[in-house]
Amino acid sequence: MSEIIIKAEGLSKQYRLGQIGTGSLSHDLNRWWHSLRGNEDPYLKIGEANDRTQKGNSDYVWALKDINFEINKGEVWGVIGKNGAGKSTLLKLLSRVTAPTTGEIKYKGKLASLLEVGTGFHGELTGKENIYLNGAILGMKKKEITAKFDEIIDFAGVEKYVDTPVKRYSSGMFVRLAFAVAAHLDTDILILDEVLAVGDASFQRKCLGKMNDAATNQGKTVLFVSHNLSQVQGLCKKGMLLENGLLTFAGDINAAISKYTETGNSERVVDVTKCNRVGPRELAFSITSLKITNVTSESNEIFEEDTIEMEIGFEAKNDFEEVIMAFAISDGLDNQLIVCRSSSTLPSFSLKRNIPHIIKTKVSLALNAGVYHISLGASHVKGILEYVPSVTTIEILPTNTEWEEAKKPTVGLLITHLDWVIS
Amino acid sequence: MQQEEDWSNIISSRSSFSFYSLKDLWHYRDLLWMFVKRDIVTNYKQTVLGPLWFFIQPALTTAMFVFIQRAAKIETNGIHPVLFYLIGITAWNYFAECLTKTSTTFKDNAFIFGKVYFPRLILPLSIVVSGLLKFFIQIFLFILTSVILLALNKTKLDIQNTLLLFPFLIFLMAGLGLGGGLIITSLTTKYRDLALLVQFGIQLLMYGTLMIPKSSTSGILNKLLEYNPMIPIIDTLRQSLFNTEAPNFYLLGYSFIVMVILLLIGFYIFSKTEKNFTDTV
Repeated sequence: MSEIIIKAEGLSKQYRLGQIGTGSLSHDLNRWWHSLRGNEDPYLKIGEANDRTQKGNSDYVWALKDINFEINKGEVWGVIGKNGAGKSTLLKLLSRVTAPTTGEIKYKGKLASLLEVGTGFHGELTGKENIYLNGAILGMKKKEITAKFDEIIDFAGVEKYVDTPVKRYSSGMFVRLAFAVAAHLDTDILILDEVLAVGDASFQRKCLGKMNDAATNQGKTVLFVSHNLSQVQGLCKKGMLLENGLLTFAGDINAAISKYTETGNSERVVDVTKCNRVGPRELAFSITSLKITNVTSESNEIFEEDTIEMEIGFEAKNDFEEVIMAFAISDGLDNQLIVCRSSSTLPSFSLKRNIPHIIKTKVSLALNAGVYHISLGASHVKGILEYVPSVTTIEILPTNTEWEEAKKPTVGLLITHLDWVIS
Repeated sequence: MQQEEDWSNIISSRSSFSFYSLKDLWHYRDLLWMFVKRDIVTNYKQTVLGPLWFFIQPALTTAMFVFIQRAAKIETNGIHPVLFYLIGITAWNYFAECLTKTSTTFKDNAFIFGKVYFPRLILPLSIVVSGLLKFFIQIFLFILTSVILLALNKTKLDIQNTLLLFPFLIFLMAGLGLGGGLIITSLTTKYRDLALLVQFGIQLLMYGTLMIPKSSTSGILNKLLEYNPMIPIIDTLRQSLFNTEAPNFYLLGYSFIVMVILLLIGFYIFSKTEKNFTDTV
C-alpha cells in the first residue's frame, strides 16, 4: 500500500456574492456577535450549490462543498469539471492562497503550486534577478537556484538576454523564462493550473515532457487542472470530477473523463417556438428546436476550431414544396459572418404536414474567440417561411489561455491555418 | 492504515500563528532579501539623480522646517535648527515609511498573493529592512551635515553615552511602524475607510512630533503629545547627540510597551486576515 501524501477532509469554501458595503458590514457584525457568544457562524447554514446559470436567492454560495479525497505518493491526478465547478477554488485552497471555510487539507513534504507562471516578475529587473526573485517566491532557496541556474537559462533559451531587464523581452521569451523557473522547482507535490498552454507548440511539448518526466521519473505527486481533456488523459493516471462544487467522482482517469463527457452534456437544446420571429412568415410553418452538440471536445464549451453539430427541428400544418433550411452566425454587431443553406448539398425537399422533421449538419466554425449569435431561417418555393434571429448565442473560447489577448479586436474575426516559409 | 500524525502541513480555516509559521518564515528568508533588493534597485531606476534622491527628500523637508522655525521663532534648545530637524526627520521618515508602506501590504500585493503562497509577513518585514538601508544612507547625510557645520564652527555636538541606545531606538521605531502598519493593512482589506485616514494622519503626526517643542504647549495639547510614543524616541536621539536634557527612561519604557502591544495585536490580526483576504480585497 502506498503512502497517502495529501488528504482532504470535509473541505468547503463559501463565497459571498455582491458588493462589500454596509450590507456586508451588518453581516460581519452579526457573525462577530455570534462568535463572541461562542456560537457557530450563522451564515454557514445558508448558501446554495454553485450553479451560475440560475439566479440564487441567497447572498452566499458554496464554491466547494464537503470535498474528501486521498492522494497517494507519486500519483498524477487530473482535476476536470465545467467552468464554475470549483476547480480553481480547489487549487486556491491547495496552494494556500485562501483558506477553506470548513474542513482541512493535510499534506506531507514540500508543496508548490503554479497558478500562473512568472508571478512576481518585475519588469525593471534583469532576467537573472527575476530568476532569483521568482524562484524565491516559489519557495526555492538561493542555493538551489544557483545550482540550477544554468539549466534554467538553457531550458528557456535566453542566455544572451540574462542581464537585460525583462521588460525588454518579447512576450515569448518572458513566458519561456517564467516557465523555466517553475519547471525546475524541486518539490514533492506540484499543483498545476492550465499554465502549460504557453508559448509556441514546440515549447508546449517541451513543457509537457518536463512535467511528464517530473511525474514518472522523479516520483513527484502532481495535481493538474485543465480543460484540455486530451492533455489530462495523456498526463494523468487518476482523475477527479467536480460538478457544482461537489466531488462526484475520484478514480481512474478514463472513467472520470467518460463520466464527465456523459454528465457534462455536450449538447444544448433551444426551444425555438418561444423565440421572436421577424419579417414575413408562413404561420403554418414553424421551426421548433435547435440542438447544438460539440463534436470535437465532448464538453459543452466550444473552443476555436471546434466542430459543432447543429440539428434543426421543424414541422408544418400544411404541405410545402422545395423547402430550404438555413442558419446564420453573426457577431455582436449583427454582421452575418456565415450563412449556410441546406441547398448547398441537399436538394430542396418537400415537407409533409404534421410530421416533425430534423435536419442535421456539422460546421467547423473557424471563428476567433468571442460571442456569436445563431439565427435560423427557412424558405420554400413561394418565398420565406420563417426567420428567427438570434435564437441563441454561442461563446467560443480561445484555445490558448490568453483570453484577454484573444478578445482584442485586433486579432480579427476569423481564424485560418496556414504554413509560413521564410527563405 | 498508517499513523496520521506526521503531516508536515495542515491547511484549515483556523489561523496558525505558531512555531510553524516562524519556521516557515525562516525557510523563506532568501525571499526577504530578494524583496529588499527589488525595492532598492527598482526605486530609482531610470532616474538621472539615482540614489541621490535618498538625500534630496530629507534635505528639502529640513529646509521647510527650518523656514517655519525661523518664521514662527520656535525654540530649538540652542541646537542648530538644521541638525535639530534633520535628525528628527530622518528618524521620523523611517518610522513613517515602515508604517505607511506596510499599511498597504494586502492591497498592493493582492495580485501576487492571489497567485502564490509564501508567508505574507515576508513583505512587511522586507519593507522594514529596506527602509533601514535608506535610514542609514540618510544618517550619513546627517553626519555629513554635522561635519560641515562643525568645521564652520556653527554648532557643537555633545555626544552622550545614551547614543549606545541607538540600535534600540531603531528597533523601537521599526516595531512601532510595523505593528501599526500590520494592524492598518489587516483592518483595511475589507473596509478601506481607515486607509484614507492614514496618509493624512501621518502628516499631521509628523508636525506634532517634530515641530512643536514641549515647552511651547500647555493643557490638553501637551497631554495628547505625551501619548505619542515617537516623541520619547526622538527626544532620546536628540539628547544623545546634543545633551539637551536628561533622558526620560520611563517615557522610553512607555514607547517600548506600546510597541510590544502594537506588534502583538498586529501579528495576531495579520495572521487572521492573511488566510482569507484574497476573497475580500
